[in-house]
Amino acid sequence: MSPVISLTGITKVYGMGETTVHALRGVDLTVERGDYVAIMGASGSGKSTLMNIIGALDNASDGHYELDGISIDSLDESALSIVRNRKIGFIFQSFNLIPRTSALANVELPLLYRGVGRRERTARAKAALSAVGLDGRMDHEPNELSGGQQQRVAVARALVAEPSLLLADEPTGNLDSHSTADVLDLMDQMHAEGRTIVMITHEDDVAARADRIITLVDGLMADDRWNRPRGERRMAATEAGLS
Amino acid sequence: MNLFETLRIGLRGIGANRLRSGLTVLGILIGVAAVIILVAVGSGTTQSVTANLESLGTNTLTVRHGTFGRPGSEARTQFKDLTVADAKALMNVDVAPDVKSASPVVSAQSTCSYEGTTHDTAITGTWPSYFEASNSKVSSGSYFVNDDVLNARRNIVIGQTVVDELFGTVDPIGKQIVCDDTPFTVVGVLESKGSSGFNDADDTAIAPLTTVQNHLTGYGSMDSVLVQSASSEVMDAAQSEVYAVLDQRHSIADSTSRDYQVLNQATLLSAVEETTQLLTVLLGAVAAISLLVGGIGITNIMLVTVTERTREIGIRKAIGASKGAILGQFLVEATVLSVIGGVAGVLLALVVTRFDVMGITPVIIPASVVAAFGVSVAIGLFFGSYPANRAASLRPIEALRHE
Repeated sequence: MSPVISLTGITKVYGMGETTVHALRGVDLTVERGDYVAIMGASGSGKSTLMNIIGALDNASDGHYELDGISIDSLDESALSIVRNRKIGFIFQSFNLIPRTSALANVELPLLYRGVGRRERTARAKAALSAVGLDGRMDHEPNELSGGQQQRVAVARALVAEPSLLLADEPTGNLDSHSTADVLDLMDQMHAEGRTIVMITHEDDVAARADRIITLVDGLMADDRWNRPRGERRMAATEAGLS
Repeated sequence: MNLFETLRIGLRGIGANRLRSGLTVLGILIGVAAVIILVAVGSGTTQSVTANLESLGTNTLTVRHGTFGRPGSEARTQFKDLTVADAKALMNVDVAPDVKSASPVVSAQSTCSYEGTTHDTAITGTWPSYFEASNSKVSSGSYFVNDDVLNARRNIVIGQTVVDELFGTVDPIGKQIVCDDTPFTVVGVLESKGSSGFNDADDTAIAPLTTVQNHLTGYGSMDSVLVQSASSEVMDAAQSEVYAVLDQRHSIADSTSRDYQVLNQATLLSAVEETTQLLTVLLGAVAAISLLVGGIGITNIMLVTVTERTREIGIRKAIGASKGAILGQFLVEATVLSVIGGVAGVLLALVVTRFDVMGITPVIIPASVVAAFGVSVAIGLFFGSYPANRAASLRPIEALRHE
């Protein structure tokens, strides 16, 4: 089975001539199914650029990117929108819910763009919101929800379409410590259920939740270490479920 | 994603910004309503003027005394009166076979009173044939007859406005009214012809020629002779005959120096129709411009909306909205705005045109309703497509970074 993410020699160059900025200078990275990876680095290290490329929001200048066995480099805009819809679930630092739109409608949106019928869409969105503990908040609009609740809606929206990859960009950056713990627990739970998670953060304690921590410095991978063996927690969870 | 879902998302966008949407709708509403109302007023004017002229009879020629400032007329010193004999000559079947009747007309501005109520009106002195020629029918009572003219009886037929002013609700038939010290007996009331703007066709009174001459105008020239042709097809022939007869009687050799003028009702009618149709087109054009301005308003608002919602567009693209979905969303928003404006404009126009505007009863032209509504929908699509395209073409990464 192909890895979820396979990056080879990815570079990204902004601007031309003297103002050229090399955001990424050749990144090779493979993320297997079920991995929980944290990407760390100071600002300007290229971690946001890498996240945009992994999320198919931006093209690499050079190198090869395969997502779930699909070569992303050669896809046009409409194919990319399908990839984003089916393969990736985004969680952003600033939540990025659609304003003046209920939590339920927000979560339904990826299914809507996929063409899922109304009844199934609503049922799946409700299930996803229940899974993140927002049963009683489905009809609330984003401005009626706390930051932690908004981020949980965003997690539900990322999960509802059953993507191959959950991509989180500083998911706790705008949250207080209590909500941070909530959201991170939620992500641990997703990981335990077998989802592939790539998370960008600059906080060590947040990164510590991941199995594998990659550190970027000046557009290169400076460090790649495992907190715990691949799949250990997942196995534990499975055993706990069996016993 | 089907059309229904696109519509739902578009509607939600409109509902999210009610004031702005409302103002945009207002722009289209005013444009659509203006087109329909102004065209209706224009065609109402045409119809009312036409009906007014037609009510004077469509197959009549009016022979008027004098030259009415025609260039070169100053040279003429000798003016012959237009006389009863002239009118009689025009009724000679041998020389003027296409003339059905010729009625000499004098008129006098007069103050009439009934039991202390007074009213100023124009009294026309003429022959009974005038009623048919001028398309004047009585709604109650009767016409006066030739015998009344021969005996100069003081019988009078009055218009509806005169009835309203002098009698109110009292039945005027058989009552006596006094006009400039002369008592008249009301024998008939004319059918209402309606008024057009400033000219009230019902503010009139008709009496035997001899009576009016005896008591009001004296025995000078006739003001005009109303000639009725045998049918509207022989108008031109009748006109030539009138010229032939009168030129001979007035000893006129040169047709440029006539001491009378012939007005052809049909020619007048088509000239007036042309003028009022031009008016309708002009009004419509002014209104169309306001519709265009409304359309530009849609572009403007949609551009603002797209800019303001750049981030939202980025989010939608990040979670997998295709270019078509974004395009559809914004096009639907623009089109729904203009359709709402169009429908409201049509409704407003339907209400407004129920009322008279400056004495004109507007006449709605169905084509103008269809066109104005159709154009408003097209405006939504056309003026909405540029902002919608801009939204759809945004790169997700840049849209997401937008604050």
